Amino acid sequence: MPTDLHRSEVQRLVTQGAQLVEVLPSEEYEAQHLPGAISIPLKQLDGMTTARLSRDRPVITYCHDYQ
Amino acid sequence: MSARAAWRLESLGFPQVYRYTAGKADWFAAGLPREGTQAHTPRAAGAARRDTPTCRLTDTVGDVRDAVRAAGWELCIVVNEARIVLGRLRKDAFAADRQTHVEAVMEAGPTTFRPDVPLDELTERLRTRHVQSVVVSTSDGELIGVLFRDEAEQRLQREPATTTATT
Repeated sequence: MPTDLHRSEVQRLVTQGAQLVEVLPSEEYEAQHLPGAISIPLKQLDGMTTARLSRDRPVITYCHDYQ
Repeated sequence: MSARAAWRLESLGFPQVYRYTAGKADWFAAGLPREGTQAHTPRAAGAARRDTPTCRLTDTVGDVRDAVRAAGWELCIVVNEARIVLGRLRKDAFAADRQTHVEAVMEAGPTTFRPDVPLDELTERLRTRHVQSVVVSTSDGELIGVLFRDEAEQRLQREPATTTATT
């Protein structure tokens, strides 16, 4: 079950190597995103698009807000 | 949306999946760095004065007045130990008796703006409402600094806004 995180926990995990994934449409990602995040829009999330993610490190998904 | 994405990643076999619930709106509102084509849009955080004087509820007006004026300021932001904004002392509050506690004369709960607000939008709002300065704080209420309209306008003349942000 995915775990919900607060901002400070996100910062801590990222410093430890967690991968940030923005799931909004790519144009929103292009405009502005968290440092180091990669773009995988929700509609494109599958085995192929996630192949570049490491399974050995935590993955943190985010969108704009509490959507 | 991020919840569904997190669940989908789990279904794809990722063992350590998390969700940043508050998302990038929360990140940017905290004044944290960003990347992207709008990353360099001038924002409130960049124009806020980080050297804004602060004081505590139990400080006395006389001590605060002396320190603030010595630093060349005419206002002071009242914060707690975590720098959470509790109030503001304007010039008229400094006329109170020296021994008066700040809490008795401060303006409680001043309006604050988030650091990620585009500077051109904020400046225009201040101009329309004839406001000279505003407090900038994170979404958690932590003080970033005070933004002065005239300084913000000068900054925009040097660094014109090229895009309109949507945060």
